[in-house]
Amino acid sequence: MEQATSVTVIPTDKKKILNIWKVALYMLVITAIEYVFAFTMEAGMLRTVIFVSLTILKAYYIVSEFMHLGHEVKGLIMSILLPMIFIVWLIVALVNLEGAAVKDSRGTVDYESAGTEQVEDSGH
Amino acid sequence: MATTATVGTEQGLWKGGAAPLKAGYGKLMMWFFLLSDAFTFSGLLIAYAFLRWSAPAYKGEPADFVFSTKYWPIPEKVYEAFPGFHGVELPLVFVGLMTFILIMSSVTMVLAVEAGQRMDRKNVVKWMLWTVIGGICFLSCQAWEWAHFIHGTDVATLGDVVINGRWVENHEIFGAGLTFNQYGPPAFAALFFFITGFHGFHVFSGVVLNVIIFFNAANGMYEKRGHYEMVEKVGLYWHFVDLVWVFVFTFFYLI
Repeated sequence: MEQATSVTVIPTDKKKILNIWKVALYMLVITAIEYVFAFTMEAGMLRTVIFVSLTILKAYYIVSEFMHLGHEVKGLIMSILLPMIFIVWLIVALVNLEGAAVKDSRGTVDYESAGTEQVEDSGH
Repeated sequence: MATTATVGTEQGLWKGGAAPLKAGYGKLMMWFFLLSDAFTFSGLLIAYAFLRWSAPAYKGEPADFVFSTKYWPIPEKVYEAFPGFHGVELPLVFVGLMTFILIMSSVTMVLAVEAGQRMDRKNVVKWMLWTVIGGICFLSCQAWEWAHFIHGTDVATLGDVVINGRWVENHEIFGAGLTFNQYGPPAFAALFFFITGFHGFHVFSGVVLNVIIFFNAANGMYEKRGHYEMVEKVGLYWHFVDLVWVFVFTFFYLI
């Protein structure tokens, strides 16, 4: 156990540390942008697409930088990324296509609040 | 300096004398475990999105929105409470704080891993401690959020429910249970409990692992071993927990 005392600490690489904080800042800014959309934009398909895109951008930063996958060999990157791409395909198919089909065949009707109906009536 | 560098590369070899995909055995297996865990969360996400997509949506001005068991609620109307601010509407502020805490604890974890690669025991211990504190803060926030969600708001929602096998019409519903809730269809609260609960359990396991790593690092176990790969492996798990939260945040609180 004599080796234990001979451990040398490698000095910090300032650039590396700065990069970590930069990525953290990006994530916080992306989250702030999500909040802006949440409060200023009307709910709908476009807003959902924006939210999901920003989420995937955040996921990219976590997986690539924090989990260091972006700096691994190509084989490792692909073995993680390819299955996930198929999963995303499955999610989109089940949620968007199947979900809409089930909603349609059940005859589910969305709830219209009284306030909006009156606005629509006055328009006719 | 040179000695630590050579020790690091030799440690990465598997018993066969090679390192497939240039990663240590434990690290590669952690990646594949996380991939399978991602499948589990994808299954939950599919169930959530499918049920929500096929449920009646609320179409109208958010200002006119009232809770009903007949349609899915608008998230910012459900999650608008903050500890100590009773009756004040602060939509999504608390969950924003939780997101901030978890992202910051992920950053301190990266710094711990970085210190480990430099064999800097003092800094590993320091950043691991911050990561543990961040994890405990997040869990405490979630405990409060669950308590508030179960307890409910001051105004009841009227709905037709089954209580003890008996059909009750226009029942005054306060808060959320597993069978019905004041915010929306029964599936809304059931999915909230299951998905945030499953994620919370992951956070809890992560905190336990982080505490173990913290003590091992402080006792000099990894210094004797010659490398801090354990910090890296548990770091991967902790970042994964953060990653899942990013998705839970979007699908539960924003959309």
